[in-house]
Amino acid sequence: MKIKSTLMDSKNIQRTLKRLTHEILEKHQGIDNLVIIGIRNRGDILAKRIIESIKNIESSTVPLGILDITLYRDDFQLFNEKPVVKETDISFDISNKKIILIDDVLYTGRTIRAALDALIDLGRPALIQVAVLVDRGHRELPIKADYVGRNIPTSKAEQIEVKLKEIDGEDSVVLIES
Amino acid sequence: MELKSRHLLGLENISPSNIKMFLDTAFSFKKVLQRPIPKVPTLRGKTVVNLFFEPSTRTRFSFELAEKRLSADTINFSTASSSVLKGETLKDTIRNIESMKIDLVVIRHSSPGAALFLTQCVDASVINAGDGTHEHPTQALLDMMTIQERLGKIKGLNVVIVGDIKHSRVCRSNIFGLQAMGAQVGICGPGPLLPRDIEKLGVTVYPSIEEAIAEADVLNILRIQLERQKGGLFPSLREYRNVYGITKERVDQAKKKLLIMHPGPMNRGVEIDSEIADGEHSVILNQVTNGVAVRMAVLYLLSGKNSSKIIKEST
Repeated sequence: MKIKSTLMDSKNIQRTLKRLTHEILEKHQGIDNLVIIGIRNRGDILAKRIIESIKNIESSTVPLGILDITLYRDDFQLFNEKPVVKETDISFDISNKKIILIDDVLYTGRTIRAALDALIDLGRPALIQVAVLVDRGHRELPIKADYVGRNIPTSKAEQIEVKLKEIDGEDSVVLIES
Repeated sequence: MELKSRHLLGLENISPSNIKMFLDTAFSFKKVLQRPIPKVPTLRGKTVVNLFFEPSTRTRFSFELAEKRLSADTINFSTASSSVLKGETLKDTIRNIESMKIDLVVIRHSSPGAALFLTQCVDASVINAGDGTHEHPTQALLDMMTIQERLGKIKGLNVVIVGDIKHSRVCRSNIFGLQAMGAQVGICGPGPLLPRDIEKLGVTVYPSIEEAIAEADVLNILRIQLERQKGGLFPSLREYRNVYGITKERVDQAKKKLLIMHPGPMNRGVEIDSEIADGEHSVILNQVTNGVAVRMAVLYLLSGKNSSKIIKEST
């Protein structure tokens, strides 16, 4: 595995998240009924940053939810080692809410599929939209993001690694060849 | 992290990190149980057989509910309604059931080692739901989960198990599990109900219930197993209550805030008084709630597709 190139640095990520926030607010004309739900791990951190950014723009806050999709994965029977089940932390009723689902990278679309199933089990939202920092293509399901930070065409042999300060000590998006 | 075995037969020789993995996963499943729809699709397509050769309410319901919450398909088998009455052996029974393509077997049996025996005749993962006087690992895991939840830790606590130690699989599994997690384990009960050389397991033997209560953080009160008391090991239930019963007067003497546990079913007025069983120190019903979460965790972690590969690595 070697790093091919750095695609985004800390400043790029910050600007991109800010733009995504403006797009979300523009689309929904404010924050009425809006909730932000991040998918573990890293989508939840991006969600927190977007909420922070909304606070700066609108001077009020929107609820944050954290979703763990482990139990909804379609591939976990293929592993010997079971993925660690973490907690989903959504402390509000999602029924009739407008949900913005946040993840770091959109790839096959299977994570979003699992997240949709997980959310529907929690209630009946008014709508669900998807915002991602990076869309790298290669979808295996009919899923598309509503808000995309960066479209990065990749080959399947490559990997995109999103690093965030809160977990990895630095902010960056790098392209890795495996 | 990976489990060392694809079966759960007991807690003897299980590593602390594996116990922690079961407990951590169980806490996550407890959150699932609190959702409006407390069900996840994780074990869709898996088939679990519940083989109960001995009566059980709590454990059987708990396993069945755990399986259903994980969307597994379940088959229930109990001796009263099966061909065992016609003389079929355990091995033949399970071979027949396995040829119906099952993934996991949960077994409760009156013979110690029944679960281990099963692992030698079937391909499925085996979960011991109590084998005679040997082990009852999921009960000990849910006991530890309840202690962890209430007291925030297991390490360093003094847990005293009271009653019929000799016939208790719950006690054995608790001793192994609690010691692995760094707790002190004590026992207290009538002499004829203590196994010989029990001290060799590293437990403290309390001669009286008063001394046990004085030092304990947790009391785990075992059921007097009337069905296993044919030899007259103590004079009478009344005398048992007088000497070992957990009464309000005795609990009031405790120096620390005691946690009162009981694996059920309770003989109220024998090993435990109603005032205590339903009182503020009691977590007996929390144990039952946590039982479902623990069993979900065990089923989830043991349900592997390439299970034969795991066993090769571990042996």
